[in-house]
Order: sequence, then structure tokens, then C-alpha cells
Amino acid sequence: MSLHEQLALVLAPYRGEKGATIPALQAVQKALGYLPEEAISETAKSLCLSENEIYGVATFYAHFRFEKEGEHMVRICSGTACHVRGSPRIVETLEEKLGIHSGETTKDHKFSLERIACFGSCALAPVMVVDKTIYGRMTTTKARQILDEYQDTK
Amino acid sequence: MDKIKITIDNKPITGRAGMTVLEAAKMAGIYIPTLCYHPALTPFGACRLCITEIEGMRGFPTSCTTPVNDGMVIKTNTPQLQELRRGILELTITDHPYSCITCPTNGRCELQKVAANIGMKEITLPYIYKKRPTYRNDPFFDRDYNMCILCGRCVRICHEVRGATAITFTQRGIKTVIGTAFGRPLQESGCQFCGACVDACPTGALTERAREWAGLADRDVVTTCPYCGVGCQLSLQLKKNRIIEVLPHEKNEVNRGQVCVKGRFGITEFVYHPQRLTTPLIKRNGKLTEASWDEALNLVTSRLANYHKDEVAIIASAKCTNEENYVTQKFGRAVLGTNNIDHCARLCHSPTVAGLARVFGSGAMTNSIHDIGEAACILIIGTNTSESHPVTALEVLKAVRRGAKLIIINPREIELVRFADLWLRPRLGTDVPLLMGMARTIVDENLMDQAFITERCENFDAFKKSLQNFTLDTVTQITGVPKDKISEAAHIYATNKPASLLFAMGITQHSHGTDNVLAIANLAMLTGNIGSPGSGVNPLRGQNNVQGACDMGSLPNVFPGYQQTTNETVRQKFEAAWDVSLNPTQGLTLTEIFDAAHHKRIKAIHLIGENPILSDPDANHVRKALETLEFLVVQDIFLSETARLADVVLPSASFVERDGTFTNTERRVQRVRKVIEPIGASRPDWWIICQIARGMGGKGFDFENPSQIMDEIAHLTPIYGGINYRRLQKGGLQWPCPTPDHLGTPILHTQLFTRGKGRFTPLQYRPSAELPDKTYPLVLTTGRRLFHFHTGTMTRKVKGLNTLLNEGLVEINPIDADALGIVDGDILKVISRRGEVPAKARVTEWSPAGVVYMDFHFAESSTNILTNTALDLVAKIPELKACAVRIEKSHHR
Ligand code: SF4
Ligand code: SF4
Ligand code: SF4
Ligand code: FES
Ligand code: FES
Repeated sequence: MSLHEQLALVLAPYRGEKGATIPALQAVQKALGYLPEEAISETAKSLCLSENEIYGVATFYAHFRFEKEGEHMVRICSGTACHVRGSPRIVETLEEKLGIHSGETTKDHKFSLERIACFGSCALAPVMVVDKTIYGRMTTTKARQILDEYQDTK
Repeated sequence: MDKIKITIDNKPITGRAGMTVLEAAKMAGIYIPTLCYHPALTPFGACRLCITEIEGMRGFPTSCTTPVNDGMVIKTNTPQLQELRRGILELTITDHPYSCITCPTNGRCELQKVAANIGMKEITLPYIYKKRPTYRNDPFFDRDYNMCILCGRCVRICHEVRGATAITFTQRGIKTVIGTAFGRPLQESGCQFCGACVDACPTGALTERAREWAGLADRDVVTTCPYCGVGCQLSLQLKKNRIIEVLPHEKNEVNRGQVCVKGRFGITEFVYHPQRLTTPLIKRNGKLTEASWDEALNLVTSRLANYHKDEVAIIASAKCTNEENYVTQKFGRAVLGTNNIDHCARLCHSPTVAGLARVFGSGAMTNSIHDIGEAACILIIGTNTSESHPVTALEVLKAVRRGAKLIIINPREIELVRFADLWLRPRLGTDVPLLMGMARTIVDENLMDQAFITERCENFDAFKKSLQNFTLDTVTQITGVPKDKISEAAHIYATNKPASLLFAMGITQHSHGTDNVLAIANLAMLTGNIGSPGSGVNPLRGQNNVQGACDMGSLPNVFPGYQQTTNETVRQKFEAAWDVSLNPTQGLTLTEIFDAAHHKRIKAIHLIGENPILSDPDANHVRKALETLEFLVVQDIFLSETARLADVVLPSASFVERDGTFTNTERRVQRVRKVIEPIGASRPDWWIICQIARGMGGKGFDFENPSQIMDEIAHLTPIYGGINYRRLQKGGLQWPCPTPDHLGTPILHTQLFTRGKGRFTPLQYRPSAELPDKTYPLVLTTGRRLFHFHTGTMTRKVKGLNTLLNEGLVEINPIDADALGIVDGDILKVISRRGEVPAKARVTEWSPAGVVYMDFHFAESSTNILTNTALDLVAKIPELKACAVRIEKSHHR
């Protein structure tokens, strides 16, 4: 299925629904993992809105991403508990290690880095989540080591 | 209306229900500082500068969002408020480059004004440079978002008023910035370059590049836009007698502070263009050479005098003023003795004039532009309104925002389709069956307005009988539109009242153009959609003064005010007034004039401000006809393609160099004002015509100014009877305006139709004259684009407009493109039975399969070499909207 066809399928339920920008974008992101330019333009067409309007909404919510997600999604909690216990330093360390800002993906598409709101495991603060695995009581060293492991396995 | 009494700063004020506190204060001349407020926009309540204290209300309500209530007591200027405002403003300004002295907007910036009012001189917070993007590569205006205070006025005007949604808020929090999708240039974001955002911006973030360092204007003059028939009022900003900027005029009934790119940015450059004609030219040894006015005028008068009245013709101009058209036709009729007078209206709305005059009694737009905003349903057929009549399209958007239903009938996917409830895409040239199919559904399902039909119309039964041939099956077969869509359209149109119907050249430029117009008239009468606000049959006229040129009798069959030349009483009236005997025979139409020239029956033509080599069908034929002439005089502001063929070229003054009036598409007569002296030795067209007429012994051409000409017009033209310059000083007047105390007529046919009863017309389907076949398998249709006007004589002199579009494109559907192996950007040859032209391919789904589309702005891709001269039998309009073509890839790329 081409990207075009895939988008047509995903967007079909939202056709002509001007108010459905956010659900439509969510559906597209769910299907593709991110919002490439073509997705913005197809969503605009389906909803009879301009690409600029869709882009404006999409950039307003941190949830939407414009690049393909990396193979591994690394999320650092920025909730209060984690923040107090040093999550900003972990973010910094990983940003430096991966050479990207949070919200971005490495050039080799191996890692994406994101900050998230309270993950609900405050007892383990600071928390890092890679894909579906939760790592608690993070230190900068531990965080680096964990990423190295992911780097080595495929 | 409910009156509401309030007190602002101890001053008792009477407001209206629905007003905001801010509006009431403004009305009373009380200043409240604002930044995000804009009169054309819904209140935003973001900047919080407009806070007030209101007795009985907690906190500090923002006056721009608080409606007035009876008995409200409001304070706008307490020390506490000013203190709060200072705090707010400081926050706004900390990240604003605080160097107003060097800002290009200096003196016009609202931020400066507000700061001065609040008494803020220095900023205590540290200045943070935002490192936001600046854009200087788009045409006409620069964007420097470091000066942006995020008031959102630009975004809101672009969305709410223009419907372009070209810019928006992107990102969030501290990173928020106004921009386009993926930061693309405006040219790729759907921007119309209307400049509305620039005009709305309270800071120097958005500025027109051409005037950035021009400083402040020392005076401004209101005049009428010279481009299209919308007739926007422009406010020319002058400094030391030079136009430095053209702004939309706010307080008028037509455009209310809006314009399109041509009016906003497309004027100064052509007016001051070095290629303006500045001296008369005479052809000597095949070459146009400079001459004096005396020489040129003598030559014209002596040569024209040599021809018999049946050997000469005048081609008048829809670009010229009413006064100029009046003296032109008077010159033709009274001095040359001929009714061979016509102009480009023949090529646009002659079927409208012929058709509507026959069934309603008047050929003009029945309602006003502003009235469209009141409609509950708008049916748009055969007009790409947002490109050809951009400011009229804004009223459509306004109606849609208020909940009106929008139906579009167009084979092409025009911009407005995005806003439509229903889009029908018929095969080209099948409007009559489609409209008849809708009418039949309305009759079959008893949705018609029986009372209106019985009381106000005639000939209904014959019309009803003719509907028999149009079963939905047949109609679907002919038009290609599915049955349910036809019936849905009929339902929407018949049941949402008032319904306004807009049409333009997609209806008229057919060999069955008059039938198309009649089908529209039938539909409107059937549903009682005539004579009331928000309803009507509204032909959108193309040229700035095409309505006026017709009104003034620049037509072969009528004197000013549509008074028939063949009518004895009418003729006697004009003979008495002009003190000559007049030719009773009807003259030749534009297309007939060129044919007659071809056959040497017409030997001399006096042509004013038109460019038929590009605008008329079968352009090669027109060129040959003009070359065959013994004598051709052309008056123009530039040496147009047509002027190059002339024996004498007379330089005209442009619209800012002469006084006069234009009549816009809604019959509104509006002033054109002289603001600068004619460039070089150019002269107003009325002056030139009067000189020639006098030189040939004509009487009654001693006008000192256009105001005197208007007085003569009013005297002889009942529909203009009450119009004079003194009254126009206060704003335009819509004809009929028969007496000096008459207020003008915004809506026609309110009680009776002009002819008495509205007449239904039975119709048949007649296919286009030239249908596609094996050799010419595609249909070519033509039109205009937003960024240029007509044959480009003026707009192609404007750099920014050329950046936006500088070549003829042929739009072709991907299906056809694939079949021919064409990709976007290929150079193609478009070939018809009459000739071929080169053009660049634009592969797009806007064009349906089987149809290609071209504009006629570019001499290099002269579309009208291809088009067909097959005529509508009644109106003699050629079939510009459909001809058969074939497309080949050009080898040299
Ligand atoms: S110029 Fe007009 S269309 Fe373009 S961004 Fe500004 S308001 Fe929108
Ligand atoms: S660019 Fe101007 S109008 Fe637009 S948000 Fe910024 S300051 Fe307001
Ligand atoms: S809409 Fe027409 S009249 Fe108005 S500014 Fe544009 S070209 Fe001029
Ligand atoms: S704050 Fe990090 S998990 Fe709750
Ligand atoms: S003007 Fe009222 S909040 Fe901005």
C-alpha cells in the first residue's frame, strides 16, 4: 500500500469533518508513527482546511511528531517527583550522548528522545522508559549504560 | 434597535445592544488602548490592554469582549488601570527590539501609540532577543517576527475575513510564532497577497517593502480601483505628490477595508512605469515615431473625415470612465455618423444584458455585493469568484460563516469548493440541462414559490412544458452529474431562502450563452428569489467599468441608459440635445467589426484602451483584420500588442491622472479622482476624444471637465438622472437614480420587474459548437487568475505580480497527462483548428479529465489564437469557454 493509499484509508472516516483535526491527526500518527508532510497535506484536503491550519494545530501539541520515530523510544519523565530527583540532568546527558534535542530522532533512526509528564511511578523517580520497559532510580551513568545496551542489540 | 444607556468616565453614552464596551467608548471618542482588537474581527481578548473597571463586576473586564448592559458605569483610565497596563505592556515589549527610531513603521505603529498613551518611556525588564525568523523573499512584504507581539490580528484576518488560512500560530508556549506549514514561503502556502495581514498588524512585523523607508504620507485621496468590476475604494497615500502606498479604504459600502493583491500592490508600479506612453506616435515608413499633439490630432481628424460612415468603427473601452465612454459614443454617433460602436462587453456579459433585459427588463446585477453576505444559500455557477472577483468572494465567505449553504457548479475545482456544502461538476457546456434538471426537481416536488410565480411572472406554463425533456436520467446522461446531487442542489437552493445566484463568464461565453442566462433567470423566478435582500441574479462583471461602458451606450444598438437607437422618440431626443441628425440603423458588434475589417468593408477603426489581439477569440483573425485596415488609431497608456499595429497612437493618462466615474458590477457609480498630473504629454481620454470631435466640426464637445460631462449624461439618461459630482462626493450611488433626491437602488425588481412581469423562457439543450473528436480530443476552457488582469497590460508591469506568475500555464488532469506522457513543467503545444500556442504544463486535479484550462494574460501563450468564434445567436458572444484542442509535447524545452 502506498503512503497515499494508506492515508486515504485512515482519513476516510474524517472526510469533510472540519472539527476533526485532532482525532484525524491522532489516527494518522497511530498508523504511520509520525506526521510526514504528505500526511499534513492529505489531512488538510480531507478536512477541507489548509495545510497551514493543520500544521498549526499539530505543532501546538507536543504529542505530534514530524519525523519518523526511532527504533527505540526513550522517554524521560519530567513530572514533579522525577524533576526534583534530577531528571533534567538525565535529559541533558542523553541529549548530549545522542546529539539531539528532546523531541527529536537520531540521524540513524535508532533513538527518539522525549520528555513526558508524570508516568505514575513516582516511587521509582527519576523514571526512564525505553519502548515498553520502565527503568527506575535513574542516574546519568545508568541511563548511558542502558542506551549502550540498546545500541548494541541490533 | 435597542438603545442602551451607559456611563463611561462620567460621560453618559447611548449605545446599542450587542455593542461591546470598547465599541461604545470608541463611538463616544474615548480612547482605550488596545492591541489585539481589530474592528473587522471577532474579539480575541488576548492582550488585556483594554481592561476597564466596571461597577458591580469583579476584576478588570476586557472592554473588547464585554457587551454593554443598561446602566453600566465604566472607568477606562484610573491610575490602577494604567499601572496594570504598564505592566502588561512591559511584558509585551521586553522581547520587542526596542529601537522604534529605526523601525520602518515608525509613526504608524500602534504599539508606539499605546506606549505613549500609557506613559511608558523606558523598559525595566531586560530585552530578550527571540531569534525568530525573518522572511524577505516573498513578493511585496517582509515579515520580521522579532517585532511580533503575537496579537493574532494577521492570523485572524487571514482566516476570518480572507478565508486563505495561509498563516497560523505554530508551536506553543515561548516558542510560539506566526508561520506557515513547515515554514514554507508564503507563495507556497496559499497566500493571496491581499495585504490584509500587513494592514492589520499593529507593529512593524509585517511591512510593505516598497514603502518601508518612504516615511509618512502627507495626504490621501480616495478613488476607485482600475482593475476589476468589484470597484473597491482605494485610499492613495501621497507624499510630495507621489503615490507611496495604496491602502484599502474602510468606510464604504463596497470593500470595507479589504482589497485584492492587484489593488493593494499592483498600482504604483504601472502608473510610474518607464514604458508609459508619454507622447503621441505616428507611423512613418512602417515605424512609430514621436509626434506633437497637433500633428497627431490633425492627422487623425483629416484621415477619419475621409471615410463614409459605414466604413468606420469605434472600439470603446470598459477601462475608461463613464464620461469618456459618453463622449466616445457621442463622437461616433454625432460626428462620425455611425452606430458601429462596441467594446469588450461583447466578449463577457452581452448574453447577460440581452437575456436579463428580455426577461427582467434590466441586464444588471439585481442585488448588491454586500447583500450576498445576507444570503441563506449561495449558488455559484460559472465563476471562479476568488480569483476573478476576490473581494466579492469575501462576502460569500461571510455568508458561509453565518451558516449559509454554498453550492458550486463548476467543472473545475475552484478555491471556493473547499467551503462548499455541495459541488456539482458538470461536463463543460451542459449548464442548460443541469439548471433545467434542477428546475424540474423543484417543480416535480412542489418546492417552487407559487405565489411569486402567479403574481409576478408570466409564461410559466410554456416553461413548465419544456421541462418535460429534462428528466433526471437525461440530465445525468448529458451532464455527467449524478441524479442525487442534482436533486440535492435543487432542494438546497429552493428551501434555503433568500438564495443568491452568482455567475460570470463560465455562463456567458458560450454559443448558447443567452440560454444559460435565461436558465438562471428561470430558476430564480421559480423559487421567488428576486427583489429581496440576500436573493437575486447576480452577474459579476469583469472590467472596472464594463457596467458603465454599457450604461453609457458604447454598444451598437443603444444610446446611454439602454435607450434603443431604433426608437424614433429616443432618437429625436438625442437629435435635439446634440443638434444633429442621427443614424437610425443598428451598428456592428465587436466580432462583426473585425469580420467587416477583414473584408475591407470597415476601413478605419478608432480604438481606445483595448487589446483585442490578446482578448478576442481567434486572435490571428483579429490581427489580420487590423492589419488590413487603412487607418487605425489607438489610445492607450502603454504600447499594447494592438497599439503596435496602429497608424497613430495617442498617449492616455492613467486613472490617477484624470477625474471621472466608474460604475461597478452592482450598478454603483463611484468617483475616480485625479491625484497627480498626467505623465509626460499623456492626456485623459475624454480630452483626446473631444479634441478630435471638435477638429472634425463636432458641436457640443466643449467640456471643461468630466463633471460637466456627467451633467449632460444625467440630463439625457433617466437611470443616471439624479447623479452629479456633488452627490458622489459623499460616496457612490446605485442606478437607477432618476432624480437628485433619489437615494439610488440597491435591489432591483422589488415590487415589479423593470419590464412589469418576469418572463419564464422555455429552453432546449444545444451542445457547444465545437465538441472534442479524434483529432482534437480535449476541451479547452479559459479564464483569469488572481495575480493578473486581462491581457496583462498593467499587471505585467508589476514585478511582484510577475514573481507570482509570469507565464501561461495549461492545467491538465493527471489522467490525461499520464496518457500523453506529460509531467509538470513540460513545455507543451496546444493546438486547435485555428492555431497553436506554447504553454507550460501544470498537472493538477483542478481540471477534470478531458478538459484543459488556460488564462489569457500572456502574449507569449496567446490563448485566444486557439479559441472559437462560434457566436451566440442573440448576443453575438463568441464561445471562449469551450473549444476542441489537442496537446503535444514540445521538443525544445
Ligand atoms: S497576504 Fe492575505 S492571504 Fe496572505 S497571509 Fe496576509 S492576509 Fe493571508
Ligand atoms: S505579525 Fe503583527 S499582526 Fe501578526 S501576530 Fe505579530 S504583531 Fe500581530
Ligand atoms: S477586487 Fe477588483 S476592484 Fe477590488 S482591489 Fe481587486 S482588482 Fe481592484
Ligand atoms: S513524576 Fe516521574 S513518574 Fe511521577
Ligand atoms: S484589545 Fe481587548 S484584549 Fe486585546
